[in-house]
Amino acid sequence: MPVETDLEPGRRPARPDVAEPGISPYRSLTPRSTVEMLARAAAVFRKDITSEFRTRYAVNAIALFAVTTLVAVGFAVGGVGISQPVQASLLWIVIYFSAMSGLSRVFVREEEARTASALRLAAAPGAVLGGKLLFNLVLLVSLEVVIVPLFVGMMHLEVSGWPLMLATLAAGSAGLAVTATVVAAIVSKANAKGALFAVLSFPILLPLLVGAIHGTQAALSSARFAAGMQDFKLLVSYTGVMFIVSLFVFRFIWED
Amino acid sequence: MFLKILLGIWMAGVIVAAFLVTPPGGRDFLDPDSARIIIFHVPNAVVAVTAFFVAMLYAVKYLRGRDLRDDAKSAISAELGLVFAALAIVTGSLFARMQWGSWWNWDPRETGMVVLLLVYAAYFALRSAVDGADRRASLSAVYGIMAIAPMLFLTLVLPRVVFSLHPPTAVAYPKAQRLVLVPAMLGFLGLYLWLFRIRTAVAEVRLKLKRY
Amino acid sequence: MVSLELRDISKSFGSREVLSGINVLMDSGCLAVTGPNGSGKSTLLRIIAGLLAPTGGQVVLRSDGRPAPPELRRDLVGLVAPDLALYDELSAIENLRFFARVRGLRTADAELAASLEKLGLAGRENDRLGSYSSGMRQRVKCAFALLHDPPVLLLDEPSANLDETGAAALDSLVAEHRQRGIVVLASNHPAELRSGDCVLQLGD
Repeated sequence: MPVETDLEPGRRPARPDVAEPGISPYRSLTPRSTVEMLARAAAVFRKDITSEFRTRYAVNAIALFAVTTLVAVGFAVGGVGISQPVQASLLWIVIYFSAMSGLSRVFVREEEARTASALRLAAAPGAVLGGKLLFNLVLLVSLEVVIVPLFVGMMHLEVSGWPLMLATLAAGSAGLAVTATVVAAIVSKANAKGALFAVLSFPILLPLLVGAIHGTQAALSSARFAAGMQDFKLLVSYTGVMFIVSLFVFRFIWED
Repeated sequence: MFLKILLGIWMAGVIVAAFLVTPPGGRDFLDPDSARIIIFHVPNAVVAVTAFFVAMLYAVKYLRGRDLRDDAKSAISAELGLVFAALAIVTGSLFARMQWGSWWNWDPRETGMVVLLLVYAAYFALRSAVDGADRRASLSAVYGIMAIAPMLFLTLVLPRVVFSLHPPTAVAYPKAQRLVLVPAMLGFLGLYLWLFRIRTAVAEVRLKLKRY
Repeated sequence: MVSLELRDISKSFGSREVLSGINVLMDSGCLAVTGPNGSGKSTLLRIIAGLLAPTGGQVVLRSDGRPAPPELRRDLVGLVAPDLALYDELSAIENLRFFARVRGLRTADAELAASLEKLGLAGRENDRLGSYSSGMRQRVKCAFALLHDPPVLLLDEPSANLDETGAAALDSLVAEHRQRGIVVLASNHPAELRSGDCVLQLGD
């Protein structure tokens, strides 16, 4: 039952000199619409970006891992011609494991720095999930913008269908970000966070990886979008389902 | 007590019947006798998947009512599910060896079972890494719920879409096989339920002790 | 008026019972909570703030007699506690700005700067919290807790790390807040406890 007040959210009431009985000296700040919730999520997102910009924990971890793996793979099989299924698999292995090394920071850091309590006191769970999900998505996409061209170049990939390739990357990344964010939240409340993150993520992400690898393979071999349509549909529905599940389930993780 | 004995006799009967009553497989099978493994393999797989959904049901129940007994039941069902999944994989692998010559083929169905095993393993890894009964219960319940959609996909959708070595599951079994297969299914389900009951009783006593 | 009721609150961590049978009803003034270390003072405050769920019992916040729904707890309560940290890599004013935005407040920067000034942090609002002393951090935490002008203010060892001026500023803050709302103060310092209208003694 919402508490009634005749003030808009965000405006300070005039403070009475003496607290009169019957007048509530406060107003409700609960977000009343999705737009308001998104605005708060945006605040969380901006804070995380600023924080990351100054400390660079996640970016360093991800970039280092991605480049190392890329070089190792390139060194091992770069000169030899490898088949398209292998190329597609290797690309997503690099993306997946880079994600595993950096996408958990968004929640784990809050717990380690003990700032989680302040955030829980101030922010609605939906805002926290939205903001951190967006952050992880941006982080992942930034990684791919660098890694995918590098991979294509260094491994001499010939992409027949770029529209399908980009669509697969986009949908695959979205699904990966959604799942990884929620699992990161789970892991941040446990011990042994690093290893646990990959262990928990993998079984759940498998359908996504299967679809992404297969779709990438189709993009390498065929110029037609239809070749990878089934995989693309899989990726989109996976992302949709996991997003909806996360909306329901997040507050059970966030609240102690 | 009586049920336990009945179950024991029932299962013994099923095992014997698997070898004596079921007819050997048809010409599809390299070694027709190897087809008898169906009597063990299929019930194991069915129970493994059922146990997962039972575990998830109790997980949801916990999140709504915060009763630690529901969490205990969820974990117990997952434990049993893990065992049956492992058995399903082993029996399947034995058959694969006999029929196709290799222990493992990366077949979608096989892989789906392995992923189920991984989900169970991850579930227990999570549980052992969390302190605090309530937190452990919430987090593992949430994880299990997140795993439902991928599990459904891997067990129902993928094998139908991608080519699979696995014999089709929707095929109508010949009557003679069904004669033993159905009791076997009931037997293994009974085994699961019996183990579930025992472990739940122990868990409930443990929970009560902690309260006083 | 906002009233706070603690109905038969109990909390156990595993088999260790920390709180049991806590009953409180207040609609204004200051409640001082005291007790030996480990008696559950911080735990009780966290339960009232909504950070911890009690094992038994309920926390009921009423506005004009009507119970407020759980989502509203966030707006009604402010907490200052030793284990609560703010973002070290952001400056004081950036911290406050973020928490204000995420609460849905549109507080202007000038107001935020003024609240920091009131707590004795004038001129340092643009420095990162990582460069602050623990006493200064404590002051920012107070600013954080008061951002949304909560009717219920929870203070856990608030004058820890504070020097004389800080402690004095805190005292006047508490005095002001007591008139308009509720303060729950957990402490072992006799000086702090003196500002309480009633005392709740924990620990057997």
